[in-house]
Amino acid sequence: MSVATLERAAAEPAAQMPEPAEKLVIFAWSGELDKIWPTLILATSGAAMGKETTVFFTFWGLFPLVKDGVRITGENWMQKMLSMMNRGGADHLKLSKLNFGGAGKAMMMHLAKQHHVASPQELMALAKEMGVKLVPCQMTMDLLGLKREDLIDGLEEPAGATTALADAQGAITLFI
Amino acid sequence: MEATIALSLDLKGLSCPIPIVKTAMAMKQLAPGQLVEVFATDPGSVPDFKAWSKTTGNPLIESGEEGGVFRFLLKKKEVVR
Repeated sequence: MSVATLERAAAEPAAQMPEPAEKLVIFAWSGELDKIWPTLILATSGAAMGKETTVFFTFWGLFPLVKDGVRITGENWMQKMLSMMNRGGADHLKLSKLNFGGAGKAMMMHLAKQHHVASPQELMALAKEMGVKLVPCQMTMDLLGLKREDLIDGLEEPAGATTALADAQGAITLFI
Repeated sequence: MEATIALSLDLKGLSCPIPIVKTAMAMKQLAPGQLVEVFATDPGSVPDFKAWSKTTGNPLIESGEEGGVFRFLLKKKEVVR
């Protein structure tokens, strides 16, 4: 494409295009590596596009937010068992397929390094730096036995579905 | 008046979404009208910079390739009054 065409394209008012959404809200429901990863890629991209970006973490999506040093969470035996069988923390995410007890995941991380793909941890740090709002869901935190101090720093105050939907008004919304 | 390039970013070897993310973050430091050139090797960055320019309103002045390296010249958008 010539320089002139590019300049014209950039200068064209977006008359025929619908008004672009200025907000992006992602509901991060899954705690699997291959779903959290694109969630963070989309969140950082949305922020880079100047969109007010929020990720609302609920159900299994909360576990990637568990701090590195925290192992067993929960009050009662069921919640404790849950954390034992579903280890939290960004370093312990599994692939939704071909995980092979972690071997598949290790290969995926190796490939990502080879291809200079930013890791979920790097993307999470970038998201925070760019002002992406990371909101844990209060109800599922209570349900699954996760306390605020079990989760990483830099999150917004836990909130409910109404806050999430209020944020989502007029936004691009994704449920991942 | 020919504006000079205020900032040059070497983002070669990095994959989506880092070239766009780093460019957007760096452009926050620029004044309206200032130019930034970006070098990247991710082929996906060609449509991505075009889309980013279109949605954010920061004009993409040039987009080219030489020896497998893509070069984008972007201008920080003027503030609309």
